[in-house]
Amino acid sequence: MSVLLLAEVANGHLVTDTVAKALSAVKALGDVTVLVATQNGTEAAAEAAKLEGVSKVLLADDASLAHELAEPVAALIVSLASGYSHIAAGSTAFSKNVLPRVAALLDVMILSDVTAVKDAETFDRPVYAGNAIQTVQSSDPVKVFTIRTAAFSAVGEGGSASVDNVSVPADPGLSSWVEDKAVESERPELTAAKNIVSGGRGVGSKENFDTIAKLADKLNAAIGASRAAVDAGYAPNDWQVGQTGKIVAPDLYIAVGISGAIQHLAGMKDSRVIVAINKDEDAPIFQVADYGLVGDLFTILPELTAKL
Amino acid sequence: MKILVPVKRVVDYNVRIRVKGDGSGVELANVKMSVNPFDEIAIEEAVRLKEKGIATEVVAVSIGVPQAKETLRTVLAMGTDRAIFVEATTDVNVDIEPLAVAKLLAKVIEDEKPNLVIAGKQAIDNDMNATGQMLAALLGWGQATFASSVEIEGDSATVSREVDGGLQTIRVKLPAIITSDLRLNEPRYVALPNIMKAKKKPLEERKASDLGVDITPRLKVIRTAEPPQRQAGVKVSSVDELVSKLKNEAGVI
Repeated sequence: MSVLLLAEVANGHLVTDTVAKALSAVKALGDVTVLVATQNGTEAAAEAAKLEGVSKVLLADDASLAHELAEPVAALIVSLASGYSHIAAGSTAFSKNVLPRVAALLDVMILSDVTAVKDAETFDRPVYAGNAIQTVQSSDPVKVFTIRTAAFSAVGEGGSASVDNVSVPADPGLSSWVEDKAVESERPELTAAKNIVSGGRGVGSKENFDTIAKLADKLNAAIGASRAAVDAGYAPNDWQVGQTGKIVAPDLYIAVGISGAIQHLAGMKDSRVIVAINKDEDAPIFQVADYGLVGDLFTILPELTAKL
Repeated sequence: MKILVPVKRVVDYNVRIRVKGDGSGVELANVKMSVNPFDEIAIEEAVRLKEKGIATEVVAVSIGVPQAKETLRTVLAMGTDRAIFVEATTDVNVDIEPLAVAKLLAKVIEDEKPNLVIAGKQAIDNDMNATGQMLAALLGWGQATFASSVEIEGDSATVSREVDGGLQTIRVKLPAIITSDLRLNEPRYVALPNIMKAKKKPLEERKASDLGVDITPRLKVIRTAEPPQRQAGVKVSSVDELVSKLKNEAGVI
């Protein structure tokens, strides 16, 4: 058995954390070939070759792959697929766009966000935003899946795999890149942040979210919001944490004025430490919080911000 | 321009789901069901394109159990012109896999010939995030997933996509598949008169078995388990106590 692992590449470099964690998820399945599909990928390929447990790196270097468009990347993977028992990648916006397309082209199902590899055909994955874990067995000849990398530790370096160039099929030309816009924010991105401060309906207004922002500044935290706060217009919807928003798991999650609706809990309950600040002592958020503080957020937050 | 929108009936996002004691799945009997929230966003986008005069017809398709016809009535009330229901099972515990759904949709699309498909990026039950991409593959169409804005210009769509750390804008040739992310729009509330009107809109019924598609599942769910439960922690009485706990006990600051 052998695995083709699609690498995540950004700005010409390997996203080492994602690839190293994905490697640790698949290494028991057989020899792992890492595919670097990008333009000017020599450095990224060399970085991949150094990772422990990589038997070979394939470098597909072509202008059509420069912007991670699904159609050319999927066509490339399908052209290389023969002989592999598993095709996988760390779960990212890139792989989630590409691998389901690959799976359908190979006439197999996809498994998204795998959290455990039980054996060559059996995997655990979360459903209902992590409120249940399914163990599923695939009868497909090739298993195509994305890996929730947070569930795995990274492999180290020390490998010295060879890098082979592979040819790239003609671009199907169905889509074209226009531009990339990185989020311009001093704050860390919600899904990657170590600390998050989130506000709910209890915050009361858009202006009052400044109180949240001050605490977030102090902690170098991302700002989140509950769906109720977003629906009330207090916060933009890309801040939404929950089943229909972002699923986060930071080291520290501070929920302020959030009652703890199921939809919200689904998005943050895997955080390492949860703090809840709410004036209603019966709010369900306290049932998942490690530390709860009952009281008025407008007196608590400034004090907390000052004392941290 | 005709737009087709697939919609799924799922457990309402406000329901606390219960894993069955025997590990056979999630309790779905007598549970409130709704339109998958991302599909609602897809419908809203299609209806807005019609209101702007860009689309001429919006057709919704749902695949699954007969109860999904209620879901279709809801999206008809949102402004969808007509609906197609494809019965693929009568057992509410059976989830039709994205590959099978994509194959059935591809058949419907052969007849309907839409210029654009807008789908939700994922269903909040199986969380696969796959049907749109798979459908694009089967049709040989381009795909623009996780859309946060859509502009139609002639025979292409310019779509801004939510990617890790920012936005990517791409242009995709029509016909194409777009999948909606949360920021694309805020779906309208349905007014009562529209619910009444929706009852008179056409809803065609078909059977998966008549479409000549093999929908045998590829995945077997061996077990469905509760995730590890979080225990409630302690209530602290002051900010000082909280800061001290975070520093000394939790070690997070």
